[in-house]
Amino acid sequence: MDLAFTQAELDFRQEVREFLATSLPHDLSEKVRLIKRLGKDDYQRWHAILNDKGWLAPGWPLKHGGAGWSPVQKHIFEEEACLAHAPRTVPFGITMLAPVLLAFGTKAQVNHHLPRILSGEDWWCQGYSEPGAGSDLASLKTRAVRDGDHYIVNGQKTWTTLGQYANKIFCLVRTDPDAKKQEGISFLLIDMDTPGVTLRPITLIDGQAEVNEVFFDDVRVPVENLVGEENKGWTYAKYLLTHERTNIAGVGFSNAALATVKRVASEVTSGGKPLAQNPFFAARLAQVEIDLMAMATTNLRILAAAEAGRAPGPESSMLKLKGTVIRQELTSLLRRALGPHALPHQPDFLDGGDNTEPLGHEQAPGAAPAYFNMRKLSIFGGSNEIQRTIVAKSVLGG
Amino acid sequence: MDFTLSDERRMLQDSLSRYLADNLDHERRRKTLDSGAPYDADLFKGLADLGTLAALFPEEAGGFGGTGPDIALVFETLGRAGTLEPFLPAALAAPLLTDHAGLVEQIIAGDSIVTLAHTEPDARYDLADVSLSAKPTLTGTKTNVLYGAQATHLIVSARETGDRLDPEGISLFLIPTDAPGLTITPITNVDGTASAQVAFTDTQADTRIGEPGQGHALLETATAHAILALSAETLGAMEAAKDLTLAYLQERQQFGRPIGTFQALQHRIADMLTEIEQARSAVLNLAGHLDAPRDTRERHVSATKNLVGRVAALVAEEAVQMHGGIGMTQEYELSHHARRLVMADHLFGDVDHHLERFIHLSGG
Ligand SMILES: Cc1cc2nc3c(=O)[nH]c(=O)nc-3n(C[C@H](O)[C@H](O)[C@H](O)COP(=O)(O)OP(=O)(O)OC[C@H]3O[C@@H](n4cnc5c(N)ncnc54)[C@H](O)[C@@H]3O)c2cc1C
Repeated sequence: MDLAFTQAELDFRQEVREFLATSLPHDLSEKVRLIKRLGKDDYQRWHAILNDKGWLAPGWPLKHGGAGWSPVQKHIFEEEACLAHAPRTVPFGITMLAPVLLAFGTKAQVNHHLPRILSGEDWWCQGYSEPGAGSDLASLKTRAVRDGDHYIVNGQKTWTTLGQYANKIFCLVRTDPDAKKQEGISFLLIDMDTPGVTLRPITLIDGQAEVNEVFFDDVRVPVENLVGEENKGWTYAKYLLTHERTNIAGVGFSNAALATVKRVASEVTSGGKPLAQNPFFAARLAQVEIDLMAMATTNLRILAAAEAGRAPGPESSMLKLKGTVIRQELTSLLRRALGPHALPHQPDFLDGGDNTEPLGHEQAPGAAPAYFNMRKLSIFGGSNEIQRTIVAKSVLGG
Repeated sequence: MDFTLSDERRMLQDSLSRYLADNLDHERRRKTLDSGAPYDADLFKGLADLGTLAALFPEEAGGFGGTGPDIALVFETLGRAGTLEPFLPAALAAPLLTDHAGLVEQIIAGDSIVTLAHTEPDARYDLADVSLSAKPTLTGTKTNVLYGAQATHLIVSARETGDRLDPEGISLFLIPTDAPGLTITPITNVDGTASAQVAFTDTQADTRIGEPGQGHALLETATAHAILALSAETLGAMEAAKDLTLAYLQERQQFGRPIGTFQALQHRIADMLTEIEQARSAVLNLAGHLDAPRDTRERHVSATKNLVGRVAALVAEEAVQMHGGIGMTQEYELSHHARRLVMADHLFGDVDHHLERFIHLSGG
């Protein structure tokens, strides 16, 4: 056994650090560090910088413009990018759609869509969930009916993250209403500017309109936008769920959040002394750090298994569970650390540029909104209740 | 032992609940917030006319209540409805205004708002941490002043002698908000309630509350009242969040059946109900000891604030989780209660502060 990274991996980490030090714009990393709200331009700017370096699509094969990284390399990049407060890369095109196209799409689809994802010409969003189909995704109702060389799509998707920036949406739609519910679903690519597609923003508990409802009213979609075979969409969706679950534990995010909480705790005072010296706060912080140290190794164990070619089983559910609990606890600690400073709502600071002065402490405006926003981690991507069921079933059956 | 409400208190609770049911819902609250107004002034006046504020003051001050159980009953009812209106300042100010009958009369009528300007930017939750100076005019900054931009008067804590963290040497002054040398910056809090930052520059302070240098004990008494009020309000918000969650568990269908039939969620709602009963008892404990000798009262203050803070976070997080995505939307009522539940922990000392203080008060 050897917990150390190989020399090649250490060299890679160094290369990533140097790249981030020279190429990550300071104004962007400041926004991320202060938990400000990122707009489309911010994401696209970072995507373009990564794409110039050839690092935008870590898991894609080299010949499609990917980085061809191993799971461990991806992990190292994510860790370093988080610590440097780089924006996250928007996953919908890069880590959700592209792997499905590479595995099940036609050559024409791969050649058409992948370059446009890299260039930023297309911004994809994910149209799976519906008002009546959340955890029970297979009960989705959005209908696609074949009409010559088109499908006519009617129905509604919801919780569509950053759909307001997207020009494309990949959807699960029902093509055979008479089949068993998992068997009548197809995977369809839809242009958001097709007549009949409308979008309504949903404001979340933190005041941000991060998700949307998307309505389809007699939307005509060319049949060549079908991915793979008709009625096989569920298989593709599941493939995506089991194979693109790197960073599900969010170790990098947690490391960065831990560093932020530590810094704040050394800057704010309680009873005239730094909060970091208060035994009650110190105990909370130490407890999460201890959990995170172990979880980071769990994550590496699973990465090592993935490098050896083993498909992850219930371990990825465990990582999702533990990882989200730790991330949520860290947002809660940041809010606690700031004490009364966490109370004021400061949307101008969160939306604004550099010239809005924060009240209380520079990390104060983002703290409570991030805490509330991050409640989503245990709801989406398969809720934590669903993950527990998966883990239990893997040992108890049923 | 008798845990039933007197007829008078029951009538007050009924009339408040009915009035709130008729005049406040999530949409109206959102409209108020979207309009930029700090709260609904008509609702505040209407509630004042029903005796909501009078219930926070004893008879000799012109009210008809003022005891622990009165405060608890009023604020639980307000919390359940999710009001944004400025009642907490009255709970804070009531024990400090025993010599100001005229002002109390105006407070009870809803015509004056007197609030406490105490927390300083670096003071966190320590009541003795006062550096705003009184020599003899006031200079310094107070923050998290509840409804400070709407108040007619401030009760300001200021240091006359001693060091920053010294409980001795703190004095209280009553100051009208139109006094020269005040700069008031309004703040909207994350949970929709209003507060302000108040900067004092050579502000004249002529009216004392209590004896010079003896303000700390008064601050403790005022804070004890406020913590009871806020804890009861939080209890009301827990009840509201629980009711929404219970209804949703029965109504929301996934996998062909109500999600409330999944045992994983059944056990969680059972824990939530159990913890809310604990919170209710903690509120009653403090209500029953509000007039007890200082050491006994303060142990209950810290015990209650700690327990209610823990349960509030649990209820908020679990209620959102059991709702799934819908629980995270601004449009749905739960989001208001969840924010209130969590952010209440940031006022008058959080769970850790009161745990530490409880140990201290218990001789630890
Ligand atoms: C911020 C955010 C962004 C999102 N982005 C997207 C997106 O871009 N695209 C997209 O398609 N979707 C997205 N989603 C949707 C997300 O995948 C769903 O919210 C999730 O699947 C849960 O569904 P639901 O919200 O309908 O909750 P429900 O499924 O109704 O669940 C409600 C509660 O019941 C529990 N529950 C359900 N079934 C069971 C069971 N069998 N046993 C025990 N407990 C159960 C759940 O765990 C939850 O606690 C997003 C959601 C959020 C909150």
